Amino acid sequence: MRMRNDLMGRVFWGMGNLMVMAYALLPVLWIISLSLKQSRHLNDQRFFPQTISLENYRIIFSDMQFPAALWNSLGIAVISTVLAVTLGMFAAYAIVRLEFPGRRLILAGALATAMFPSVVIIGPIFNMWRTVGLFDTWLGLIIPYMTFALPLAIWILSAFFREIPWELDKAARVDGATPWQAFIRVIVPLAAPAIFTAAILVFIFAWNDFLFAISLTSTNNARTVPAVIAFFTGSSRFELPTGLIAAASVVITVPVLIIVLIFQQRIVAGLTSGAVKG
Amino acid sequence: MNQKKSNERRLGWLLCAPAVTALLVVTAYPILYALWLSLFRYDLRFPEQRAFIGLDNYVSILTSEVWWHALGNTLILTISSVSLELLLGFPLALIMHHTLFWRRAVRAATLIPYAMVTVVAALAWKFAFDPTTGFVNALLGMEQVWLTQRWSAFLVIILTEIWKTTPFMALLLMAGLTLVPHDLIQAARVDGANAWQRFIKIIVPLMKPAILVAVLFRTLDAFRIFDTVFILTRGAQGTETVSLLGYNTFIVSLNLGLGSAVSVLIFIGVLIISVLFIKGFGASLTQGEKAE
Repeated sequence: MRMRNDLMGRVFWGMGNLMVMAYALLPVLWIISLSLKQSRHLNDQRFFPQTISLENYRIIFSDMQFPAALWNSLGIAVISTVLAVTLGMFAAYAIVRLEFPGRRLILAGALATAMFPSVVIIGPIFNMWRTVGLFDTWLGLIIPYMTFALPLAIWILSAFFREIPWELDKAARVDGATPWQAFIRVIVPLAAPAIFTAAILVFIFAWNDFLFAISLTSTNNARTVPAVIAFFTGSSRFELPTGLIAAASVVITVPVLIIVLIFQQRIVAGLTSGAVKG
Repeated sequence: MNQKKSNERRLGWLLCAPAVTALLVVTAYPILYALWLSLFRYDLRFPEQRAFIGLDNYVSILTSEVWWHALGNTLILTISSVSLELLLGFPLALIMHHTLFWRRAVRAATLIPYAMVTVVAALAWKFAFDPTTGFVNALLGMEQVWLTQRWSAFLVIILTEIWKTTPFMALLLMAGLTLVPHDLIQAARVDGANAWQRFIKIIVPLMKPAILVAVLFRTLDAFRIFDTVFILTRGAQGTETVSLLGYNTFIVSLNLGLGSAVSVLIFIGVLIISVLFIKGFGASLTQGEKAE
């Protein structure tokens, strides 16, 4: 009886697992399949392509617009991540480790900032950027990305920093290290995994952004891939560029998915620690 | 000792200063600026007509059908997607929590929607429901042109939202599940409670803080829905949301005065949602903390 129950349980949860995986993978497989279809097979309404062709990928990479957008996406996301994680790390360290008035306020303020809709600040920033000449530049996107990147970094890092054995920090200070030395030599190496997790999550956010990217850019100077594919017209206006859009989508999706799959455990920890313990 | 304390205080502020300054520059200042702009007639196409008009922008928005229609759409999308996500998130969380094998693979799979660019997810579903390129009609044996009618377009928008964010909801719920002590469930089982009773009477009450946090996060997130609607319909067929309305007034019509007023109203909407959650559930949130 007990054996049978176990077996039933395994089958039951196993089916559940399969359904979850199919659910998660369906649109990914579909967009990959579309990107591999030849243009004459695009309208065959089949889920999997009959013949596989890399033509779409060749076209988007030989086009001027897509490689420029890919470079913008990568550069802007990396710089935003480095900036947000560095500033967020200082702030999180101070909030967790130092006694000073206002630290709870900073944490609450950061959380509140992360929650409000970006469309609220789009207009003022658009107008400010026009006046100071930051419209359609990398910096013009990196600065507004701090609205979601910094709170995320501060929140995740302070949740992780609370778990670090700070006795080591104290020991280093007793041995004569300044707080700064103790921080760089002892704490940063211990906190490296947390910093890395925060960096991945901030990168995903910046890489995903669409609203700022379409509102604050207009040309290949700074327009990122999500914005470019939304306005993609293709080489000829008589052909719907579905295959090309699909190929561009795969190019910006697959690298992030690979990073996420490799570091999944840390990401789950990062997502849930901040939210539930906080 | 006193010297050390004031040093610590100074260092604390020094370390927080860059982050706080950055946040003030990119959030507090633009919000105040939007508040200021919203009191002007200010259209970039007719800059010479700029004038202080007090609350007139708010009057024209609040008396216009467009705003209430967009607000209604946003509320429909928010309420339906968050409640369906909660409904689907629970079984998903239970599967992830109980699964004995493939645990890593299942958790990894649930991160895929989270990590996928929203625009790409929306495009994938758009192409899937497209009558010429898509497989959905072939699968269902239908000839439906999904995105040309209001309710079927809503259906696709909600489906896309749910696909993208249910796993996130499930992860937060799963973190809540780990807070439920195993012996408590065993004791209830011994006392003869069936699975459903154990779930309703023990698991859900203990998970309440986690559920509230997950629902609050997702509600605020769904209220600002933009990418999905932009890609799927651009707000056509009566599916415009408040974020889309704000974007259209600002960036498409370049009307900074009216656009700012829309922004301020959206901001107020978010404040109302937060206050409702904190007022309505604040007591049980802190209760949950005490119980821990």
